[in-house]
This record gives sequence, structure tokens and C-alpha cells, in this order.
Amino acid sequence: MATSTTPSGNRAAESPDVGTRAIEAGLDALDTAATLPPGPSLGKRFVRSVLPPIVFLAALVGVWQIAYVAEVKPPYALPSPADVWEVFWESVTDGRAFEAIWTSLSRGAVGFALSLVIGTALGLAMWWSRWLRAAIGPIVSGLQSLPSVAWVPAAIIWFQLTDAAIYTVVLLGAAPSIANGLLSGMKQVPPLFDRVGRVLGLSALGRTRYVLLPAALPGYLGGLRQGWAFAWRSLMAAELITYSPQLGQGLGQLLNVGRELSQMSLVITSIALILAVGIAIELLVFAPLERRVLVRRGLTVR
Amino acid sequence: MSTNQLTTDRLTAEDPLVRSRGEGVADAGSPAAAVRVSGVSQVFERGRPPVLDGVDLTVAPGEFVCLVGASGCGKSTLLNLLAGLVKPTAGQVEVSAQRPALMFQEPALLPWLTASGNVELALRARGVGRVERRAEAARLLGVVNLADAGRKRVHELSGGMRQRVALARALAQDSSVLLMDEPFAALDAITRDVLHLELARVWAEQQLSVVFVTHNVREAVRLGQRVVLMGSRPGRIVREWRVDLPQPRTIESAGVSELAAEITRELHREISRHGN
Repeated sequence: MATSTTPSGNRAAESPDVGTRAIEAGLDALDTAATLPPGPSLGKRFVRSVLPPIVFLAALVGVWQIAYVAEVKPPYALPSPADVWEVFWESVTDGRAFEAIWTSLSRGAVGFALSLVIGTALGLAMWWSRWLRAAIGPIVSGLQSLPSVAWVPAAIIWFQLTDAAIYTVVLLGAAPSIANGLLSGMKQVPPLFDRVGRVLGLSALGRTRYVLLPAALPGYLGGLRQGWAFAWRSLMAAELITYSPQLGQGLGQLLNVGRELSQMSLVITSIALILAVGIAIELLVFAPLERRVLVRRGLTVR
Repeated sequence: MSTNQLTTDRLTAEDPLVRSRGEGVADAGSPAAAVRVSGVSQVFERGRPPVLDGVDLTVAPGEFVCLVGASGCGKSTLLNLLAGLVKPTAGQVEVSAQRPALMFQEPALLPWLTASGNVELALRARGVGRVERRAEAARLLGVVNLADAGRKRVHELSGGMRQRVALARALAQDSSVLLMDEPFAALDAITRDVLHLELARVWAEQQLSVVFVTHNVREAVRLGQRVVLMGSRPGRIVREWRVDLPQPRTIESAGVSELAAEITRELHREISRHGN
């Protein structure tokens, strides 16, 4: 060290401790300097993610218009885009669309909240009890592939044409996905994390609360997202079948009105609204939530 | 306190280390040992050779002991026993600290928490209140020269910084015994050198008893006051050396290289037994 010709080397030799800190600070700066380049500009992001779906939709309407002009189907079965737009706009202006969206969405929210509580409790119970997992695990997984519309007749017989029947169907559709999501999220937690919890001296409850559950969050969120998709589908299936004046008019019932009146424009309008709500919830709730969790953990770039 | 028969047999009278070993035995006899392992054997599967076979090891308070050995020598098993994560099949494990701190080869930081949050979790486990947790975590991050990184997420830290946060978290356990399971094995050589300095300083400041497991003989000589060589299948203690080189040492010091060469020869001899 003494014969070193570099000034910094001499300095380090004179005062080893300061040297260590300096080297350490330098290493830290070098090792973490590789920050990500700034994200693409607003214009680029527009071109990348907003423009393509717009172009696709425009192309779809174009093909539809051509099919209409060519009369692939008679006009009552395949109305023109303009006809559908007219019905759509009318349903928006007279408030029917919003009423239907509100009715369905509030039902969906209540049903989903119910599924969230029950599905989460079920997932936790299955995690804690090996016996319970073995006993009902296959059934819970199986329920995910059972179309929840199959529950509608049973629900109507149990609860008649009431909201309870609809919630039952939504619950049976969504809760298994949420339970399974939570369970698989917990199964994927690296055993090392649990060892950390033990080494730190956390109790079993503390390890669940501070280590296991947060670690399982990405899987749980995946389960919630799928649970919502199933809840929304089940809700539409239930609304489509349980049509009664005291139930109010949700999107599914609006769709049914279109079918009974053989009004294809209203049918297409209803389908578009159902799809739009599904996309909106995904884009406004689940995608940002998941992104936030993943970005925080460094599991995705941005 | 029974001394490991094997160890004493292997150490010959011409070896100057016998004397220091004698001192070690005297330490071992005192009730204040930080870690005492006596006659510990560990069998994980019935009918298979034991992972550990009759291991005796005593670590005095404030002592830095390095365990070296090839794969399959049960170093990590021994640490798990000391950490209380596993119970021994036979023999006794006594650790003076109620709960020894343990550092893994991986930083094992929880990725949903910040650097400070990881340290605070260890404090929370000890029942430290919220306000003190903040302040104490900041202080401990300062100890490992990461005062400014407290709010960073784990993925924003380099490998060396993560391992330092892990060290701060281990210190947050406020244990007099620190167990380290190849904590620097996954780091690059430059970072490892710096962390050696860091660890040596922290050890001296905090008066910790350290049991440090490594594959790296030089690292063991660089850091330890005593280097214990373990043989493989079954894991047992073959021989040990007292390192009487002055601190601060570096991994390049002539004395470190010399002793490391000697230990490596012994290690190679031990490994070659398994080839035939």
C-alpha cells in the first residue's frame, strides 16, 4: 500500500475506516447507478397502447358496415352500425344505460364483496387445515370450471326471483377463484421467508400477518381479478335468466328485453355495455392495483 | 465439558496450535460460553449416514469462529441447530442468547418492505414500539453505512447493499450471538472485501460472538479468530486453528495466505478421502 502511486490508495492506507466507508459509498453508487431510462413519452405511449385498439375497433365497424351493405344477414338480424349507435345513444340519453349499469355494478360489488370475505376465509382455512385442503381442495378447484349459470335454477328454487338468488350465483362463481388464488399465492411463498420469520422470533400469527400474507399478495390479487371476472359473468348469467319486475333492470335484463323484442340493436348495445364495464373495472381497478404491487417488489419493469 | 476426541488426537505435540487449543478448552469449561455444542449428531433419514456425527464446539463470548468444509459437511445443519430451527437427534446445543441472529447466503429481505421496513420487522418481533422502531432502524442502517437507503425498496439495492441491510436486520435482533451461513458467497470479490471490513468493524464494536460458515478458506482466516475444519459424510470436526494474525488483516496478507494454504491442504486431504 505504501508504495502505491495512486493518491486514493495512500489515503485509504492512512485512514482505513474512512477508506472503507468511501469505498462502500462508491460501490453503492456504481452498483445502483443502472437506473431505468425514462419511460416512453406520452405521444409514444399513445401510439403504442391507445391507438391499436382504436384502429382495430374502426376496422371492425368497417367490416360490419360492409357485411350490412352486402346483406350477409337480413337487417333485423344484422343492423347497421348507425342503427345500433342510434339505439345506444338513446339508451344513454334516456338514462336506461346508466340505470342498468348502476343496477348491475352495485349488485356485482355486493356479490364480489361477499365472495371476497367468504373466499378469503375459505382460502385461509384451507391453508391452516391440511385435512380441509385435502377434503375440499379438489371440489373448490372443480367449482372454478363449473359454469355458474348451472346454479341459476337451484338458486331460483331456493330464493325465488330475488336478489338473494343472484348473489348466490355470483358467490358460487367468484368465491372458489378467490380461495384458490389465495391458497396458490401462499403455496408459492419461498420457504426462506418463513425461516426469516422464525429466525426473527415472530409467532405463528406474526409470521402469517407480516410474512406469509404479504408474500402471497400477488397470487391473491390474481385470484381477486379472476374472481371478479367470474362474478361479473355469473351476474350476467343470473340477470339474463331471472327476469322479474321487482328485480330492477340490470344489464343482463336489458339484454333479455332486446331478445324478447327481437331488437338486435338493443342486444348489441347491451353486449357492448357489459363488455365496457368489464374492461373499465379491469383497467381502472385491477390493472393499477397489480402493477403497483409488482412494481413495488421489482417484479415488473413498469 | 468433553473436548472433541478427534480434534485433540489429530493435533500433535509439535503443533504450536495445541497450546491455543488448550486455552480454548479452558474457555469451554467456563459456564459463560456463548455457544456450546456437545456430542451432537443429526440424522435426517433413518438408515442413511448421519449429517453430523458427534460434533463438539464451543464459542467463547465475543469470539469469531469460522467453520470451513466441503459440501456435505453439515455446516448449514449445524447453524440451523444453533439457530434452534432444528432439534438435534442426539447431543446438546446450548446458546447463551435466547434467540441467536442468523444471516443467510441470500439476503432474504422481504421485497414488499423497504430497507428500513425489513430492519423494523426484526424490532417489531422483539416488541419494540413503533416510534423507537423507526429511530432504531435508522441507527442500525447507519451502522452498515446505509443511512440514506432506508426508504429504498429491496430491488433498488445492489447485492452488497442487500446483504448489509440483512446484517442490520440481524443486529436489530439485539442478540449477542450472530450466526452467518455463507453470507458473502454470492457477492463479487470487491464487494466481499468491503463487507469483510464492515463485518470485522461491526463485530469489534458490538462485541458479538460470531459463528461464520464458509467454503472460502481465505475468508475464514481473514475474519476468524479460530478456524474449524469440518469433514464430510458424516459431518464432524477434523481440526481447528487459532488465527493469531493481527487485525486489521486483509485477504491479501501474507499471514492469511500462509495459514489458508495450510488449511486448504488439510481440506483437500479430507476431501480426497471420499474419492476412493
